[in-house]
Amino acid sequence: MTEATAVQGTTVTREPPRRSARSALQALEVDTRLLGMVLALVVIWIGFNILSGGLFLTSRNLWNLSVQSASVAIMATGMVLIIVSRNIDLSVGSILGLTGMTMAMLQAEWIPRTFGLGFEQPYTWIVALAAGIALGALVGGIQGFVIAYIGVPSFIVTLGGLLVWRGLAFQLAQGQTIAPMDTTFALLGGGPKGSLGEALSWLVAGIAIAFVLYSLWAGRRRRRRYGFPLRPMWAEVMLAVFGCVAALGAVWVANSYPWPSNLATEYAVANGITEPEGGLIIPTGIAMPVIIAIGTAVVITFLATRRRFGRYVFSIGGNPDAAELAGINTRRTIMGTFVLMGMLAAISAAVLSARLNAATVGLGTQSELYVIAAAVIGGTSFAGGIGTIPGAVLGAVIMQSLQSGMVLLKVDSPVQDIVVGLVLVTAVGLDTYIRRRTA
Amino acid sequence: MTIPDLPPEPAPSVPGSVPVTTPAVPAAPAGGTADARPTATPAPDRRPLVEMRDIRVAFGGVHAVDGVSVSLYPGEVVGLVGGNGAGKSTLMRVLSGAHPADSGQILVDGQPASIGNPRDAKALGIETIYQTLALADNVDAAANVFLGREIRTRLGNLDDAAMEAATRNVIGRLNPRFKNFKTPVKSLSGGQRQSIAIARAIHFNAKVLIMDEPTAALGPAETTQVRELTAQLKEEGLGIFLISHDIHDVFDLADRITVMLQGKLVGTVDKDRVTKDEVLGMIIMGKKPGELGEQELAELHS
Repeated sequence: MTEATAVQGTTVTREPPRRSARSALQALEVDTRLLGMVLALVVIWIGFNILSGGLFLTSRNLWNLSVQSASVAIMATGMVLIIVSRNIDLSVGSILGLTGMTMAMLQAEWIPRTFGLGFEQPYTWIVALAAGIALGALVGGIQGFVIAYIGVPSFIVTLGGLLVWRGLAFQLAQGQTIAPMDTTFALLGGGPKGSLGEALSWLVAGIAIAFVLYSLWAGRRRRRRYGFPLRPMWAEVMLAVFGCVAALGAVWVANSYPWPSNLATEYAVANGITEPEGGLIIPTGIAMPVIIAIGTAVVITFLATRRRFGRYVFSIGGNPDAAELAGINTRRTIMGTFVLMGMLAAISAAVLSARLNAATVGLGTQSELYVIAAAVIGGTSFAGGIGTIPGAVLGAVIMQSLQSGMVLLKVDSPVQDIVVGLVLVTAVGLDTYIRRRTA
Repeated sequence: MTIPDLPPEPAPSVPGSVPVTTPAVPAAPAGGTADARPTATPAPDRRPLVEMRDIRVAFGGVHAVDGVSVSLYPGEVVGLVGGNGAGKSTLMRVLSGAHPADSGQILVDGQPASIGNPRDAKALGIETIYQTLALADNVDAAANVFLGREIRTRLGNLDDAAMEAATRNVIGRLNPRFKNFKTPVKSLSGGQRQSIAIARAIHFNAKVLIMDEPTAALGPAETTQVRELTAQLKEEGLGIFLISHDIHDVFDLADRITVMLQGKLVGTVDKDRVTKDEVLGMIIMGKKPGELGEQELAELHS
């Protein structure tokens, strides 16, 4: 009797706070899966920081982490759309290799030697980049055509592509490493000079804040116009504050990372500045690869959520027959996802080869696995129809955090692979379990 | 290319013979004593909304639809009945653009129409409510209602708010209790999902509505709702093809009944001139009402 009332008592006291936490989340209209991933990332970061004795959460490590995550993140945004529409692309690493090699050949061989136009022309970087992206679109288009119009399964087509494009990359340079890149092109790879610096980085933060505030305001206005329920004001303020703090915090971290002292000295000498005691401190700011990755994520998110193309991709993933019966040109849409994926692989190739200042035959080998893993850790479902671009970017950052953290802890590389593999399966297993329970 | 002229008034009914409108085959106008237009059908000078002539569809060696002709007038419900594999769904898939016909002709408003895909059919005002509902489960009600016909802003972006407002409007009329406009339709009940499929079909000013087993997944209250809606749409002048295996459904809603058996047309009869038994005879034995013997009628009852 007393026991029963005690049990009842606990449930009564426990119920209200839990319900209010849930209703708070509902009011914020935050994707709970995304929130869970952010929390997982925070746990990973704090855990590694403790284990490494404070080495992980330094501006230097976080800056490097951001640059290293970029190339996988760029491709993962496109992979989300591929997997959402019930396909797969195993060839992205090889497309990266082929387009990277082509861009390198353009800069180091074809433009200067074959056409005799010379090195370091002002247009070299943009011609190379545009040609690489166009080639990526072409290669993706060929695969997409075979998949969508001829009906060969994407697994097979891109498995073949994995071999074909890598082989072509080898043929292009007879297996040689092509270097160096055009100096302007090399800025795409980041590094102190390929970063925005202090002022521009704060400007980026300002643009991000303006964007957050505008979208909250525009969303509220739209809802009011149609008489839909509005978010409570505290929720709007909380989202705005969170967005602003995130943008300012990220830029603050990037600006806290100074140029390496030897580069700073070089810069001081070149510009006739007398170095102060303790060396010249030049804030690095956000690296170009990170800017490119963020820009890509924004554009692809826009495509996925605000344009018909994205709506069709998700509908095809949810029910291919329904999409067809609704009059959607499903074949063109599927082909479009592969064209986009090829272009993103080329952008990623530019970032990677610029960072290496060279294109090797093995550039991007196995990156298809990391890209697919990032998309899947980010909540993209192989059953189709489910996935978000911010999730995939977070997935890329989580994977890179694990690898960087283990490097800091001096974990052997085979063990790193084992851990990443286990995390991948565990993350998806957990996600599937939670989804089944909440469904 | 109009259908053969028919006597404006029904011939005095001969005992034992019930009027049957045989399929209109252009080459050889159908004759016969039973060829009288029933009173319930629209006047013959009205042009049919849809005419399908001599449609054939084969899957491999199987003739799923074998030379079938049907017609549909404005403000009319034509029930399409037949057993499993009779070809009624396939015939309607031809009209909705989901499956191309191997041969045959389709006229919409008297004009030859080529329907190669669902887009073509929708452009002609032909909407379909599929038995499977054909909803994308992972997106919300508005995305499904406007799938393939999204409202866009001046810049070409999706205008989700406008689509949600329109969806609230159209579904609100069908099902006032419907509230879940933001959730993926996967989590909705069968009746709610049906509401979305119906809303999608009627929101775009359809002239012709194809309903494939519209009440198969519904409870009694929802079934009544669909029936009332059907009557209302008919009142508004739509032509409706109603596929059903439930003969009571068909008798309640249809003006004319077209019976198919094993891909072939058995006949089209005026609902008011036949009994359910006679239609059952057509469905099961492929015999027109006049051809049904006493013994066979008795068998149907056993």
